[in-house]
Amino acid sequence: MVKYIVPLAIFVIIAAFFAVGLRMNPNYVPSPLVGKQMPTFSLPSVTDPQNLVSSEALAGRVSLVNVWGTWCVECRHEHAFLLELARAGLPIYGLNVRDDRAAAIDWLARLGNPYVSSGFDPEGKAVIDWGVTGAPETFLIGSDGTILHKHISPLTLGIWQRDFVPLLREHCGPADCPFLAALGGR
Amino acid sequence: MRVLPKLSVVWLAFVVFAWALGAQEGFDDPVLNERYRELIHEIRCPKCLNESIGESKAPVAADLRREVRRLLTEGASDDEVKTYLSSRYGEFVLYSPPLTPTTFVVWAAPFALVALGGLVFWRILAARRNQPLDEEPPP
Amino acid sequence: MIPEFGQLALALALCLALVQGIVPLVGAALGRVEWMALARPAAAGQFVFVAIAFGVLVYAFLSDDFSVLFVAQHSNSALPVFYKATAAWGGHEGSMLLWIAVLAVWTMAVAAGSRSQPQEFASRVLGVLGIVSAGVIAFAFITSNPFTRLVPTPADGNDLNPLLQDPGMIFHPPTLYVGYVGMAVPFAFAVAALLTGRLDKDWARWTRPWTIVAWLFLTAGITLGSWWAYYELGWGGWWFWDPVENSSFMPWLMATALLHSLAVTERRGIFKSWTVLLAIAAFSLSLLGTFLTRAGVLISVHAFASDPTRGLFILGLLGLFSGGGLLLYAVRARHLEAEGGFKVMSRETFLLANNILLVIGAFVVLLGTLAPLIIEALGLGKISVGPPYFNLMFLLPTLPLVALIGVGMHTGWRTMPGDALVRRLRMPAIAAVVVGVIVPFVFFETASVLTVLAVSIALWVCVSSLLDPARRIVFRTGAPMTRGQVGMCLAHFGVGVFMLGATVASAYNFERDFSARPGEQIEAGGYEFVFNGVREVQGPNFVAAEGDIELRSDGELLSLLKPQVRTYQVQTQPMTEAAIDTNLARDVFVALGEPLGNDAWSIRLRVKPLITFLWLGAGLMALGGLVAITDRRYRVAARQTDRSPAQTAAGTA
Repeated sequence: MVKYIVPLAIFVIIAAFFAVGLRMNPNYVPSPLVGKQMPTFSLPSVTDPQNLVSSEALAGRVSLVNVWGTWCVECRHEHAFLLELARAGLPIYGLNVRDDRAAAIDWLARLGNPYVSSGFDPEGKAVIDWGVTGAPETFLIGSDGTILHKHISPLTLGIWQRDFVPLLREHCGPADCPFLAALGGR
Repeated sequence: MRVLPKLSVVWLAFVVFAWALGAQEGFDDPVLNERYRELIHEIRCPKCLNESIGESKAPVAADLRREVRRLLTEGASDDEVKTYLSSRYGEFVLYSPPLTPTTFVVWAAPFALVALGGLVFWRILAARRNQPLDEEPPP
Repeated sequence: MIPEFGQLALALALCLALVQGIVPLVGAALGRVEWMALARPAAAGQFVFVAIAFGVLVYAFLSDDFSVLFVAQHSNSALPVFYKATAAWGGHEGSMLLWIAVLAVWTMAVAAGSRSQPQEFASRVLGVLGIVSAGVIAFAFITSNPFTRLVPTPADGNDLNPLLQDPGMIFHPPTLYVGYVGMAVPFAFAVAALLTGRLDKDWARWTRPWTIVAWLFLTAGITLGSWWAYYELGWGGWWFWDPVENSSFMPWLMATALLHSLAVTERRGIFKSWTVLLAIAAFSLSLLGTFLTRAGVLISVHAFASDPTRGLFILGLLGLFSGGGLLLYAVRARHLEAEGGFKVMSRETFLLANNILLVIGAFVVLLGTLAPLIIEALGLGKISVGPPYFNLMFLLPTLPLVALIGVGMHTGWRTMPGDALVRRLRMPAIAAVVVGVIVPFVFFETASVLTVLAVSIALWVCVSSLLDPARRIVFRTGAPMTRGQVGMCLAHFGVGVFMLGATVASAYNFERDFSARPGEQIEAGGYEFVFNGVREVQGPNFVAAEGDIELRSDGELLSLLKPQVRTYQVQTQPMTEAAIDTNLARDVFVALGEPLGNDAWSIRLRVKPLITFLWLGAGLMALGGLVAITDRRYRVAARQTDRSPAQTAAGTA
């Protein structure tokens, strides 16, 4: 009779889900902001408190928004690659979070400044709108202001080519993304 | 002008005192405090190993608690607070999954199980009622 | 050199477990007596080598042998001796060795107690246990070897996680494991019965005592873990519906159902396929727990390891044991069906409802635990299911269940007149409901419908459980109670006490954080707290900031509370050690938060009414099991193990 098979059937279904689950990363949390307009912000610049860094500056072109802090050890790992991206012509805006201004300025002076400008957010208030939980986190912003992608952990060439380039190829018009030629590769 | 240093000391003391009070993580109003307490236990810390923002010591949890306090002070309802956070961090941060077509099964299943259990119960009872009671064997 | 002996011992244990597993089972199928007779000696041999391996690991810890990787990861020369020994199970590899050791002890016990059983059956039981042992030892040996060396040897170790340097850490894992792993025993009995093709009242009589012992240890183990989390983690919670916690709770629910189903099978010879299925399910859920804790499939602060390779191996073990057991059930269970009627108003009916409701409860927990995984695997997004869901949904089957306990206890087998039952229970039920409605309002001013309902039901079960003992002890009427019956009343009373504690502590929990300067007094939760500042104290392997807080009521000093924030020498994340003032009526719970500058500190205050009832109630449940196991018929059966099975069969009803 059927009823004796039911427990086995339930077990097989659950085991199948476990087998799939073993391949997933439980720590990966997708962002609900992908595909939506980026949050507006207006913060004093790290280097020059009188100037404001605001989301309007990003309008009309493809850019990266990168969350960083001098306390963040992993941010150093991606710093060199960010400099490369900046050199290739990709505008990068920084969100400096929970940091000391003097230390941040010193860091940029010593290690190089890949950012067009960095917003200073010492209490982590502005980044909440971005769903930020720590650093480094990097957002790819399209020319229409939508968030195309969010990446947590240091950005490397491999990750850039795997996750960012395909999106950019789709999104960019013929002359929108000159930096793709240098870094997009194949 | 000699009153200025004394004033600055008073000012400093006030600032520190106010700052210390501001760090008080609760409300004087018991109703609001109760709502705050419940909310911070229902919101998941997005970067922790399964802790609510009420329990976690992580900086992001402290930041989110501050946001909840701010929203409550501004008069947001419990649902508005949860929507505010889930629209930024995803439904992942809600320990009570909101009722959507996807989560419908999760919420409905316990009731379905009880109904199924009731069915099984009646069927077995119906069968056993008609079976012989048989004698109690001598101890 | 010595750790290598440990490896060798483990390898030998694996070989003996394989012998213990395969040979008797084949022998039973072929009718070869000499092969079946190998079961006990192989089990004894396996036990000896497992004990040696475990002893070697503990020795490595006690002798600060940091050339062993596991020791280097979980110990330190400054660690107090007591914790060095218990660090043996402070991590994944060592805890798997503990799992294996506990199973070996259970196997020896079953081997010793199996002499009154027919050899074909007993050898099958030991054979199944042997296969389980072999599977888990192979898992440890291949993927989680605790004796792996670390080259070059570090000068000192990483220290045991400070959270685990606590007396609760000593007792919780072994106690839990005795219960958890012990579910393999009824599983083995069930599979042996399916293989033999025969399951009768004798089988239930043999299985039941093992199940009670495993159940009571599981009850105690879960309670210890919950209590430990309560006073150790610093935020006053005692159950979080975390996947790892659920992993221990689901087997408990099934084991409770199994216990009760066995009573019916023993008495009437029915519910056989229920009992067999419950036995397989309880152990499957145990294995599931082992999987969830170590496979990295779900996020948990308790998770031992997050290794998909290990996860795959355990999934394989799950497939072999659970899948195999359930397959056997699918094929063989229909032959177990037996006739045996009962009317609607009978003990059997209530025990049937008990089975069904407990299984539903286990499924609700399983569903909530696995839902995020399933939804994400289907690509439908990432959700969380936590306490708000469980606290509500788990009540659905549980509240009716607890209410029915109070009635079911007083029913008779086969059939009983309903009006007699009503007459007996009407007054106690009304009294319980009246008190349940009045008391919350009297003591706490407000009460939700759910609170009143839960309190009434809890009081009802308490009163109902005491009816028979009261009649016997106070009024000296009625038949003398057997220890089994006393145990039952005690355990059910414990359920009521537990539920009372859980309901009141959750509903009337006072919780607030304050900032305070030295000398300040805070009025909260009906008490006054005088904060006298924080000073530095030195521990054996930590430095602590210790707060000094006077607990006063109406000005009168009740006690001095000294919560600490500890910074351990090696693993320097700060650890909160709460200070708790306990009495039967409430716990006052104080923990230090952060320094706020200028000598001010943030302080966490909690007042939790009746929370002691939680631990008491659970303890009473375990005690009830302990009393039940000393029942005369089990002691009689033990004395009879020296007789032949034929003599025993003649003597039983």
